[in-house]
Amino acid sequence: MFTLKTIIASFTFFIGSVLLVPSGGYKVGDVATDFSLENIDGKRVSLADYKEAKGFIVIFTCNTCPFAVAYEDRIEALNKRYASKGYPVIAIMPNNPDVQPGDSMDAMKARAKAKGFTFPYLMDEGQKIYPQYGATKTPHVYLLQKTAKGNVVRYIGAIDDNYQDASAVKTKYVENAVDALLAGKEIQEKETRAIGCTIKV
Amino acid sequence: MRLNLLFLLLLFASCKDTGDKSASSSYDVEKKVSSGIELNIYDYQGLEPLLSTDSKMVYVVNFWATWCAPCVKELPFFEKINTEYAHRNVEVLLVSLDFPNKYDSQLKPFILDKGLKSRVVALNDPDANTWIPKVSETWSGAIPATLIFNKDKRMFYEKAFTFEELQAEVEQFLN
Repeated sequence: MFTLKTIIASFTFFIGSVLLVPSGGYKVGDVATDFSLENIDGKRVSLADYKEAKGFIVIFTCNTCPFAVAYEDRIEALNKRYASKGYPVIAIMPNNPDVQPGDSMDAMKARAKAKGFTFPYLMDEGQKIYPQYGATKTPHVYLLQKTAKGNVVRYIGAIDDNYQDASAVKTKYVENAVDALLAGKEIQEKETRAIGCTIKV
Repeated sequence: MRLNLLFLLLLFASCKDTGDKSASSSYDVEKKVSSGIELNIYDYQGLEPLLSTDSKMVYVVNFWATWCAPCVKELPFFEKINTEYAHRNVEVLLVSLDFPNKYDSQLKPFILDKGLKSRVVALNDPDANTWIPKVSETWSGAIPATLIFNKDKRMFYEKAFTFEELQAEVEQFLN
């Protein structure tokens, strides 16, 4: 009886897990899709536009999630540091602005202006791109490397190990990963988990 | 009851350690009494004992924050479970991920305004990559998220609940 219960419990848990973990979504090593999404300047942006890039720091982020807001300056710093080295930040806002009005295109423009963002901040219109990447929250980073077969996912996860305080960070996961790619070395930590706000659908 | 006892023990352990900061006690229990309510603040090691049991209780642990709209929407359902299932040994624990600088200005006023009856604690542990998989291997890190467990079984949900959904999950632990 105990065994039967255990089996049923395990099976239920198994089904539960399958349902809860997004079935789509990239793993490290997968080729990531390109897109054509509207930027805050009204133009459309695709990864293919960046002929000189060696890769991309794609970050799903938004205006309204305090975890994402806490990372705004660090996202800007990543772009300042790595755009010129071939790894620009491409920020994508995945929330449905009808559900989350604070993430409308107008609000995105205002926030980018107030914070002086130098990276594109794109609206995931129709919310078609984030599920393909498998983003589940904001902020959520996908580091891509341009290769002959496409933009390959090299790192997925958090920006660093302290969502509260940039000055208390010990490990900068994204910087370490980009530095490794630039140096032609193996990325030490290819996947981490970021705390974040669920994407609003 | 068991949990309360455990909690007192933790508190006692932490009191003993205050004289010696270098003794790296895992329990970062801090009591704040300002604005009329007490809020217990834990790092993950401090919280971890609350995430398992060997008693006959069923614990429903919800990770939330005052600014998280889907979290706030489902809070009344957790409150209802906490009240209506108390006699069936079910207890709700609300773990707030509000930022520490908002404890006094937002979290405590929120607890008072909403008259939350469930136990609320704050998790202040910025190294989320370390503790997220310890709560559940299946947790990607988004809130709202909920853990339900008794001594035999554990389920984790990275989603928002309706009352009926939450009730159905809790019921599973009662048979």
